[in-house]
Amino acid sequence: MSVVAHREATTGGFWSRTSLGQKQLIWAWGFLAVPLLFYVVIRFWPTFQAFYLSVTDWTITKPAEFVGLENYKRLFADPLFWQVFRNTFVYLILGTPISLMISFIVAYYLDRVRFMHTFIRALYFLPFLTTAAAMAWVWRWFYQPVPIGVINDVLAGFGIPQQPFLRSTTQALPAVLAPAVWAGLGFQIIIFLAGLRAIPVTYYEAARIDGLSEGAILRKITLPLLKPTLVFLVVFSSIGFLRIFDQVYNINTNDPGGPLNSTKPLVLMIYQTAFSSYEMGYAAAQTVVLFLILLVISLVQLRLMRDR
Amino acid sequence: MPRVRPGRIIAWTLLFIGGVIMVTPLLFMLSTSLKDASQVYDLRIIPAAPTFDNYIEILSDGRFTRWFVNSMIVAIIVTLSNVFFDSLVGYTLAKFRFRGRYIVFVAILSTLMIPTEMLVLPWYLMASQFGWLDSYWGIMFPGMMTAFGTFLMKQFFEGIPNDFLEAARIDGLNEFAIWWKIAMPLVTPALSALAIFTFLGNWTAFFWPLIVTTSAELYTLPVGLSSFAVEQSIQWEKIMTGASIATLPTLIIFLFLQRYIVRGVMLAGLKG
Repeated sequence: MSVVAHREATTGGFWSRTSLGQKQLIWAWGFLAVPLLFYVVIRFWPTFQAFYLSVTDWTITKPAEFVGLENYKRLFADPLFWQVFRNTFVYLILGTPISLMISFIVAYYLDRVRFMHTFIRALYFLPFLTTAAAMAWVWRWFYQPVPIGVINDVLAGFGIPQQPFLRSTTQALPAVLAPAVWAGLGFQIIIFLAGLRAIPVTYYEAARIDGLSEGAILRKITLPLLKPTLVFLVVFSSIGFLRIFDQVYNINTNDPGGPLNSTKPLVLMIYQTAFSSYEMGYAAAQTVVLFLILLVISLVQLRLMRDR
Repeated sequence: MPRVRPGRIIAWTLLFIGGVIMVTPLLFMLSTSLKDASQVYDLRIIPAAPTFDNYIEILSDGRFTRWFVNSMIVAIIVTLSNVFFDSLVGYTLAKFRFRGRYIVFVAILSTLMIPTEMLVLPWYLMASQFGWLDSYWGIMFPGMMTAFGTFLMKQFFEGIPNDFLEAARIDGLNEFAIWWKIAMPLVTPALSALAIFTFLGNWTAFFWPLIVTTSAELYTLPVGLSSFAVEQSIQWEKIMTGASIATLPTLIIFLFLQRYIVRGVMLAGLKG
């Protein structure tokens, strides 16, 4: 780019004898110096260290010693890990499709609404701005038995029997997932709306002239053209559900991840291994497994969705 | 086109009802925070006798004010740092040509693949060795720069014509001044998007602050609220007041800046 004739300073000294290209080089590395130091010390070094710690028996009290793949062997032999692994994927498999389906339907219709558009959009978007830790307490209160629990109160009004929600091993996970889906919808709707706006109106006009029905337009024009948006949201929200923690931790503080570990995701297991049991090496191995899961899921999703 | 379209009206009504359901948890939270202990079991949304007693009681004990200030300090400093450094790096990678530029870019981008959870244990080790546990710096240091922000800013700086920068160069501005005075004002929408995301992310952050803080004076609002709620047990009106205090600032900011926030989310989502 930018090597132009530049009025050269006539005075002597190092800086004036330096060519423009060299000056640019010095500026560039000068700008990058502090950030590069940050990335090396706070990102790259800890990444390697996490891999290293995962093959040690580091605890808070004693120094790390190399133990090979012991932590991984122990993890894969631990029934709790497989329970947690399953839970983590249930969060993903329920959370991602449900939230994307709802947010697409809302965005699709909201895109055509002019009357009070901004206001309705705001209603859907507001939960995205909340603090997950705080909202977990609000939902925890909703799930209480009567007379204090709002949901059971409404159910009772319809003559439906009381539900245990957080105290049931089968209902607790969906009950924990609900606030996470709820809080994420606003973001997904906004992104879908942006994607829908980006589709040129002329495409729709041409399709209508050709006599395509609304359903056909949705299938043949809207959805295919929305694919980049969809890929982004699938990957982004999947990563979010695989890393769920704040809601789970706060919604049941007496027994985080309970009852009977039925809501425990991998990040909570990592937290408890590291900061309740202080088995740092073992926890590090779990973080490496989390990293691999995220990597594989993202790559598989990108591959699958790009091909189609 | 005077054709009546009942479909449109039904769609609008359903959307509206859905929207109301979306904010219902927030309304219940606020309404319960305005009830005293005797009214909590009355589940009406509009409190029969609204009172600010819960707020007065909670704010007067000082802890929430402290946590609020902690969260503000942390979120604001981290946001300023990201706005400064992410855009400086993004600009350098977008507008300078030098050997190693591509490697630096790929290296920074590759950190996006590493989940925070994997870095938390080494950060904890680092923080305990350097005495950063239980300090503002300890809460802030992992987030002072982000690859996401750098990438976002690079995308936007690439859209600035080089002529603008050349003109400033000929006028004798140094490279720092060119970035700060010429390039930065041209990307304000991106800067506000980055600022909004960074602030919101740090204001609501729970996992790392929970790990790095041990004394109650240094809790951020989410961590403080969590410990407060545990201690209140079943005093839901107190817990809802705490939750409201943690949630209201971002909701109020949104009411004033809705246009910018929505645009920011769109920008960040599409370019990021």
